[in-house]
Amino acid sequence: MKNKSLVSIHDITKVDYEKILDLAEKFEANPKRKTLDDFVVATLFFEPSTRTRLSFESAASRLGAKVIGFTDAATSSVKKGETLKDTIITVSNYSDIIVMRHPKEGSARYASEVSPVPVINAGDGSNQHPTQCLLDLYSIRKTQKTLNNLNIAFVGDLKYGRTVHSLVIALTNYKTTFHFVSPVELKLPSAVKRHIKEKNLEYYQYTELEEVIPKVDILYMTRIQQERFSDPLEYERVKNIYILRNKMLDNARKNLRVLHPLPRINEITEDVDNNPKAYYFSQARNGVYVRQALLTTILGVDVKKGTTPQI
Amino acid sequence: MAKQNIRKELKVSAIENGTVIDHIPPQSVFLVIQILNLNKIRNQIMIGTNFESRKFGKKGIIKVNNKYFESEEINKIALVAPSATLIVIKDYTVVYKANVEIPDNINKIVKCINPNCITNHEKIPSRFSVIDKDDLRLQCHYCEKTTKGDNIQFI
Repeated sequence: MKNKSLVSIHDITKVDYEKILDLAEKFEANPKRKTLDDFVVATLFFEPSTRTRLSFESAASRLGAKVIGFTDAATSSVKKGETLKDTIITVSNYSDIIVMRHPKEGSARYASEVSPVPVINAGDGSNQHPTQCLLDLYSIRKTQKTLNNLNIAFVGDLKYGRTVHSLVIALTNYKTTFHFVSPVELKLPSAVKRHIKEKNLEYYQYTELEEVIPKVDILYMTRIQQERFSDPLEYERVKNIYILRNKMLDNARKNLRVLHPLPRINEITEDVDNNPKAYYFSQARNGVYVRQALLTTILGVDVKKGTTPQI
Repeated sequence: MAKQNIRKELKVSAIENGTVIDHIPPQSVFLVIQILNLNKIRNQIMIGTNFESRKFGKKGIIKVNNKYFESEEINKIALVAPSATLIVIKDYTVVYKANVEIPDNINKIVKCINPNCITNHEKIPSRFSVIDKDDLRLQCHYCEKTTKGDNIQFI
């Protein structure tokens, strides 16, 4: 993966992302390794995403890299009408790697084609967000001690939720049994289901949340994203449909963990937070380790020595 | 009776040099005209449709004098008239005949159906891979969304 962009989870193999997960474990054991002292990481956020940006910037800072960039297209030359291509080529002169979030789907692929330095996609519209997928895999593996033969439930917006699509496809490599809980209008797209069928894996669909809880090892909750709806009435109909409350976890398996890509609005009540089964805040912390692993892998730095190989 | 005497009269006259596009589904004839920009060229063109066809029942045919097409232009035809036959005529003789084929990749000619795709907002030539040739479906190289055959729009 050295010097390669990461645009889509489809770009990397199971072997690649397991290497990233293994390396992330080392960073979790010791996050402060100044392995990127001589590097500049650019974070270009054409739409605001505080969480993802801070996670990447924290990862880069803990590795000793300098971070440059902008947090909103309104404060960059995009406002003056600069094309994405010009912005990317210009910033590539100032940095060794570009982390990019952009509201248009396909923008990250395009950026990776025009950029002389590697590009990490930190979300392109509703399309891909591969580092979220990697940190979800890391969180599942860490809490269940394996990725194989798990029962995993996805709850909420399964139609527009890009994190769900990428994670489902990645999990088809691991004999997963899928349980999908969503309102009819937000069902998982058939293109994603096709990946499951191709691997001959089982999946079940539900409209009620409670019946699925005792059956699964991972309960992956999602926010119903208002910004993905073109019809406000459709949003109003479904926005409060699934709310996880603490007492609903009484019959859950002991090893069950609740995941959520965050931010949550009201789909998990606060009384769940103190339940040992709640894992979403730890999941967010894992994002830093996974992004440290990814930055060092793509920049080709040897983590054991903790220094850049001298030429 | 000699064979040539029972041969039916050609409904559209032969051309000396140029291209014949045969076996076009009648409902696609006007799409083919539009896609190939035949309404904008100055060559002589003969257009026929709803002719009887042994293979397809009804068919359309287009003959363009003194015009030969690039393969990229012919790719466009395959999307709306996969059954079409391409015939190249030189000096009243068929020098090349082939069925048009849906290619594996379709570049520059189709617009991505996703209004939020970056190709609809910056000057980027579109790129698609054909993920299903029978039940025509194109996947955008950039936004990864699928465009079904019925929804294809040409640039």
